[in-house]
Amino acid sequence: MTFINYAAREINCKIVYYGPGLCGKTTNLQYIYDRTNPAAKGKLISLATETDRTLFFDFLPLDLGTVRGFKTRFHLYTVPGQVFYDASRKLILKGVDGVVFVADSQEARMDANIESLQNLDKNLVEHGFDLQTIPYVLQLNKRDLPTALPVDTLYRSLNFKGEPTFEATAPLGIGVFDTLKAVAKQVLMELRKK
Amino acid sequence: MSDFILFDEEFRQIKDVIARLKADAQAKVVFIVDKNGQQIAAQGDMESLDTTSLASLTAGNVAATDGLARLIGEREFPVLFHEGERDNVYISVVSQRVILVVIFDERSSLGLVRLRVRKANAELERIFEVIQQKVEAEKSRRLSGFDSPFAEITDEDIDNLFKD
Repeated sequence: MTFINYAAREINCKIVYYGPGLCGKTTNLQYIYDRTNPAAKGKLISLATETDRTLFFDFLPLDLGTVRGFKTRFHLYTVPGQVFYDASRKLILKGVDGVVFVADSQEARMDANIESLQNLDKNLVEHGFDLQTIPYVLQLNKRDLPTALPVDTLYRSLNFKGEPTFEATAPLGIGVFDTLKAVAKQVLMELRKK
Repeated sequence: MSDFILFDEEFRQIKDVIARLKADAQAKVVFIVDKNGQQIAAQGDMESLDTTSLASLTAGNVAATDGLARLIGEREFPVLFHEGERDNVYISVVSQRVILVVIFDERSSLGLVRLRVRKANAELERIFEVIQQKVEAEKSRRLSGFDSPFAEITDEDIDNLFKD
């Protein structure tokens, strides 16, 4: 749900990074945080366990600049990937404008990817959204690992509507901004229709 | 779900209500966020506060508590109170849609804050009701060809955002 503030001339949009546990959602946000000019970002908040697993969410506010006289502000969130945190995951999808699905390219994580994608679909429906129509981007992360499956194989299993798909190695930043840009673009284009 | 749109007039009214609440409750800071974590308005000494993070964490807090409420068969917990050594935070949900947050210290008291918040809540409910009506009206105007400022967004506009 985009928040348009005519008084302050601001648009606020919410983007959620979804995906199975340890797929690199937090790493995406961390990289964006590290590489963004300090004036354009707020604090990166991580509600994590002592072992650095996301417990509730990570949050990063980003100011991207001005479109048509309106300051555009994106709020990036990650969800906890571990299966048993589903109640928390559901809460974070509330009011989402765009979703990035971060898939783990390793063969051993293929089932987890599919399970997480199905979980995303189900949780979106509970908030009245539809995965078929919501701004959505697929990121195939961990391309640098020797155990990574070929891109074609992943694409066939995970891409379901021809959504923009990016190969990524999040700790090195490969594909991170391309992914963000693609989802931000869809979210802003969506405003055109409203 | 419809977008949330804030217009000048209501924005001013909201700011007036929370400015009065801040004075009446002798609070340090009063702010309003929507349930998705976007800050709507704030009054008080915000200099030392990271208001964006506050907004997001407040919404997360309310969302988690709402989840808890439903688990035990309540619709929501409309009030949350956190007591600290120096500062306290009083959070209440307005119209099931937005969240009113009051930060206060020993110069005020929980009783006073609770009393003043109740009054402000009623006023805010009315304002958000009007906003809702305006959003609906705006939507039907747009459907009938009203020019939204975003109707003309181009690929180039968006590429420009990512230039550096």
